[in-house]
Amino acid sequence: MSQAQITESQVTHLPVAGQVGRLAQSLMAMTLGLFIVGVVGFSHIDVIHNAAHDVRHSNAFPCH
Amino acid sequence: MSTFRAIVFSSVVAGFIVGLVVTAAQQFGTVPLILKAEVYEKAAEHRHDAAIAPRVILVHDHAEQDHGAQAWEPRDGLERNLYTAGANILTAIGFALLLGGFLSLRSGATGERPSWHQGLMWGLAGFAVFTIAPGLGLPPELPGVPVAPLLSRQIWWVIAVSATAAGLGLIVFRRSMPAAIAGVVLIMLPHLIGAPELEHIETNVPSSLSHQFVVAVTVTSLIFWSLLGSLTSAAFAWFDRPASAVRG
Repeated sequence: MSQAQITESQVTHLPVAGQVGRLAQSLMAMTLGLFIVGVVGFSHIDVIHNAAHDVRHSNAFPCH
Repeated sequence: MSTFRAIVFSSVVAGFIVGLVVTAAQQFGTVPLILKAEVYEKAAEHRHDAAIAPRVILVHDHAEQDHGAQAWEPRDGLERNLYTAGANILTAIGFALLLGGFLSLRSGATGERPSWHQGLMWGLAGFAVFTIAPGLGLPPELPGVPVAPLLSRQIWWVIAVSATAAGLGLIVFRRSMPAAIAGVVLIMLPHLIGAPELEHIETNVPSSLSHQFVVAVTVTSLIFWSLLGSLTSAAFAWFDRPASAVRG
């Protein structure tokens, strides 16, 4: 097996593996983002609500 | 650098900047109006406390707690503004993570690094999805204005946001007539169902103040989303560079 063949197989396979990893990692980041927004803007816990009160109103998140 | 790290790094950088800029914008736009409205809210609470108790629940969801043990809240002034800044930064980081995920998926599919201008377009989509769509049914509300129960409004908000995002996605990425029609119908659907609202609204907060607040929220939100989209995209293109170089 020549060096050229190894390189070729790497070139054809790496992007595919990279794509799958990219999808999972992107979805993980998006889930984390939604979780953060959910806690800051939508939590029913009074202390969190009071701390972020003005931000909830300013972002038009449903508030009291 | 892994994709996840590139998204997180760019989101933290963009989120910090946008959170601070928007906090400053809110000090001129929304916060003075909230403080004014709270004067009316407190006056109404005192009046209702003295007079008829059941009506208080309409004025304030947490009315019952207000009579009992008061939950912690930041003191007015610097402390309150610092918490507002913190919450703004966290919100910006959260939405940047969402934008970053989409930018990463798109650049993975097309093989191109996203430009700041593409990020701006994504940011404007965020403005449409998270501000305009839910704001049609549930306009930005000042404290002291009676509103439907919190959970029902939160559920409608999530439905409106999800339907608008899915509808826009169908229109922009499918590029076929049936998908476009389905997209438009999907965007309209939450508004046909209708947002939860009270039949009878009685408030001493002037309607001119409420109107100013809707404008202030929409404008600060436009600043938030256009800046967040551009910065997240530019930062993501920077942090994701080595991976793009390997892909050629």
